[in-house]
Amino acid sequence: MDSLLTNYISPYYIKIFTLVGIYIIIALGLNFISGVTGQLSFGHAAFVSIGAYTAAILTTRLQLPFLPSLLVGGLLAAVVGILLGFPILRLTGDYLGIATLGFGEIVIVVFQNMDITGGTIGLSGIAKNTSLSLVVLVVIFTIWSMYRLENSRFGRALMAIREDEIAANVMGINITAYKIQAFGIGTFFAGIGGGLYAHMIQYLNPTDFGFSRSFEYLTFVVLGGLGSIPGTILGTTVLTLAPEFLRFVAEYRMMIYGALMVIMMIFRPRGLLGGVNLSKKIRALKNKKKTTIPSDAR
Amino acid sequence: MLCVENLHYSYGTINALSGISFQVNEGEIVALIGANGAGKSTTLLNISGLLHPQSGLIKYQGVDISKLPPHKVVEAGISLVPEGRRVFSRMTVLENLVMGAYLKKSRVEIKESIERVFDRFTRLKERRNQLAGTLSGGEQQMLAIGRALMSKPKLLLMDEPSMGLAPMLVQEIFSIAKEINQSGTTILLVEQNAYMALSIAQHAYVLETGAIVLQGTAEEIANNPEVKKAYLGE
Repeated sequence: MDSLLTNYISPYYIKIFTLVGIYIIIALGLNFISGVTGQLSFGHAAFVSIGAYTAAILTTRLQLPFLPSLLVGGLLAAVVGILLGFPILRLTGDYLGIATLGFGEIVIVVFQNMDITGGTIGLSGIAKNTSLSLVVLVVIFTIWSMYRLENSRFGRALMAIREDEIAANVMGINITAYKIQAFGIGTFFAGIGGGLYAHMIQYLNPTDFGFSRSFEYLTFVVLGGLGSIPGTILGTTVLTLAPEFLRFVAEYRMMIYGALMVIMMIFRPRGLLGGVNLSKKIRALKNKKKTTIPSDAR
Repeated sequence: MLCVENLHYSYGTINALSGISFQVNEGEIVALIGANGAGKSTTLLNISGLLHPQSGLIKYQGVDISKLPPHKVVEAGISLVPEGRRVFSRMTVLENLVMGAYLKKSRVEIKESIERVFDRFTRLKERRNQLAGTLSGGEQQMLAIGRALMSKPKLLLMDEPSMGLAPMLVQEIFSIAKEINQSGTTILLVEQNAYMALSIAQHAYVLETGAIVLQGTAEEIANNPEVKKAYLGE
């Protein structure tokens, strides 16, 4: 499939688009945690690295097939996310952010000191199994799952937690359990994205998953609009492509990139598509005269 | 119906409740009045499970609920209208109400409850697709009450429903509370506005720095010279 594409698109663009796709998967995972559920995470890259290393170790050292390894990477990231969630998701806001930040740093140090991950030298010799078409499929699956999750009873409970934890709690929602589940789902997609990333870049180094990377993912989500699926996709695409398309201004490019972010936050502080709910707008217009409850409310 | 026995609660080293006891009988409106920092809200938070007492019992229909988490307390049939309304601002009026019926499984039942809330609060019906954050203070208070009623509670806890509302609206909120009570829901009302609270309650307790200093029928309390001086401004 990809070989067919190379007839039309240069390998350089295929690589960029694949990367955009992978980042969309990861960013949608973070959007579920921070945008939908409202739990600040500064350690998302750590979960990406868990998925990346797990999948890469399984395919290189144990010669396992790629797709199951990818899935195991995602699941392990989710398991770690859930285990971490138990103690830290009782924290809120900035405190939670700092706890996730600390966790992210721990993961890097662990990977730097393990033999199986190649330590500080990194893990190389990973096969190039990730293709643009596979990434597109996973992106579609991710968007579909996110849409289904958000528009479910579970998703509405998560949004209620974001809006007001105390009120959500007295509505009968077990907020800690729900936050942990949301964290598990978000970190699962981070892990899947990580596995795809590993088998595209073919080399992993713990420093590639540091704080700055976590922050980058958060920027994608915030710039697009916290809690908005189309916003996250747009934010990720714009911010991944911008540095590439700004290459013509050479050394000024990161400066322009930074300036764009400042301007964005001034003029659209809630993100490009923040606060815009297209489907809800349409529904509201349609049902102006009719009382409806969401289709799957039980 | 609800029986609180020797309830103790402290925020760190600060004592908020030092052994209060009171009871709410089925079908009544019971008012808990007192000044700022008397421990009124702390009492409600303990009952609703958001806080857990250091010692003492909270018996609801004969069972101690003092160690239950909030979501279990709601399941048992106690619903809280929180202080400061706490509506889900970026969700619509309708979505807020649906959240209130979170533990209800039947769609038909939810729909009926929504209709009942809309009958009581016609203004909410007009604004059902509006974001809750864009409602006025009074409307938000109505939404908070409507949302709490969605779980069909047997006991409704109301924390300062008159806070920050214009006098006209305060009247309206209290007559709504009375109506809710007449349709079969027991109410425990925490208020600073003693005059209004006593006008609809059957029994009342006066709380001062974490202890109950006075109790009786609403009428007795309202006619008590001390209360008149301290809370009713006479």
